[in-house]
Amino acid sequence: MKLDSLIPAPLRKPAKPGEGNGNRGSAPADLKTAPPERPSDAKKLADRAVEAPVDVLAWVDQRTAASGFLTGMLFRKVPKGTNWFYTLGSATMIAFVSQAITGVFLAMFYTPSTTQAYHSISHINNEVFLGQLVHGMHKWGSSVMVILVFLHLGRTFFFGAYKYPRELNWVIGVVLLILTMTMAFTGYLLPFDQRSFWASVVGININGTGPVLGPYLSDFLRAGPELGATTLSRFYAIHMLLVPGAIVALIGAHLYLVVKLGTTAPPWLKADKPKVAAPVSRLNASSNGADG
Amino acid sequence: MSDGADKQNGAEAAGRPERPQPQPPGYFEGESMTRRRAFEGAVHGLGGLAVAAIALPAVGFAVAPIFHRGKERWEAVGPTGDFVEDTYRQVVFTETEGIGDAGKTTAYVRRSSKQLGEEPGQFVAVSNRCAHLGCPVRFVEAAGNFICPCHGGVYDFQGKRIGGPPVRPLDHFQTRVRNGQVELGPRYSVTSQLEPVRARDPGEFTGGIWEYLYPPRPSTFPPPSS
Repeated sequence: MKLDSLIPAPLRKPAKPGEGNGNRGSAPADLKTAPPERPSDAKKLADRAVEAPVDVLAWVDQRTAASGFLTGMLFRKVPKGTNWFYTLGSATMIAFVSQAITGVFLAMFYTPSTTQAYHSISHINNEVFLGQLVHGMHKWGSSVMVILVFLHLGRTFFFGAYKYPRELNWVIGVVLLILTMTMAFTGYLLPFDQRSFWASVVGININGTGPVLGPYLSDFLRAGPELGATTLSRFYAIHMLLVPGAIVALIGAHLYLVVKLGTTAPPWLKADKPKVAAPVSRLNASSNGADG
Repeated sequence: MSDGADKQNGAEAAGRPERPQPQPPGYFEGESMTRRRAFEGAVHGLGGLAVAAIALPAVGFAVAPIFHRGKERWEAVGPTGDFVEDTYRQVVFTETEGIGDAGKTTAYVRRSSKQLGEEPGQFVAVSNRCAHLGCPVRFVEAAGNFICPCHGGVYDFQGKRIGGPPVRPLDHFQTRVRNGQVELGPRYSVTSQLEPVRARDPGEFTGGIWEYLYPPRPSTFPPPSS
């Protein structure tokens, strides 16, 4: 009850039709016979304290008019049959947020230099408080994110959720998939141990096998004909500045379209047939009196 | 008086001389564009210029390494007497400077062999970088072959592919002799007939039409004239 009073009125879930406050505006019958007690100062102060969060939110809302947008987004209608498969997109986003947060803290200790990168990683793993945990979250989380992206893609594909009018969101999603793979690829080099070094050599050379432009692409990735001093910092910049910015922007566009267009019902659910003939007969009754 | 006439501000009211209407509307006579259009164009042009002033250097900065060829470097790997005709000697030298051990690479060096029809008195330096995807190959003395641990590429004694996924023979390094020392220079690739071409990345075919599908990069050195 108290919790509900903390949510400003515009943000509260709207009442369903017919469930509203029916006795609005009617005064209690015994108002004249038993006038209400005047509240004490302490009671007033306590009431104000309870109202404080609401006041703060209302202050912000008056200046941003965000509540309308938020109500529309948070209380939007979802189709019947919405199930756990529909959480894969949010799960992917949570995985990305987790990568972003752990990545920021790893960046505080990491040195993108060919001679120091390996030592800075072993410093994180062996000496920094909880360093191994944060590094592990980032490392395993990257695999989790790639897996979730593909599950989300599969859900969208098999539920036919890419069809009109959601094709553009599918295209944005495919770009996000490519960017996620770019993140996984550029991040792999950063520990600069034997495995990451040779995996990156192989990965760059696979890029080079594209005809005509391939050789230039691999030179671009390496910043030269061989894996050199600037390759690592180049990968680091792509990994933590270029691609995350693009991912954040595209997730914004992706979410906007999800909210704007709504989600689809699962394919095994057919559209409801009207249960009663009442609306139809009412429409027809006025014109020709036919019954449904 | 109808409402319609009022709304025209009297411009087309009946009984008054017709004022000349600009054609197209909004333009004065003889003008090719309005003042507003001119300013619009100027602002868009200046905005584009400002964006280009930032974007072009940034893009140039990122792609410049493609067009940069480093300094040619030669490194002595041992006296000429160390190398024989019938087997390889493994040497490690620096291919890229300034990045410590990561810039080093391995080559297998021997004297040129008359039996294999090579020009006598030369030294052959075969790169250990697999021509499939760049893993390090190893010369296996007993088999007389180079074998790659990653995907099973196999090369014969001269570095020609005899098995597995590689698309061309192993790369070579230029060699020369200075002060009795064998020196290794820039990398070059070879065709299936061991003709030298400019260095290609692993995974890229050489020779014939492939020379155009995988064009030589400005960052590589010209091959030695054979």
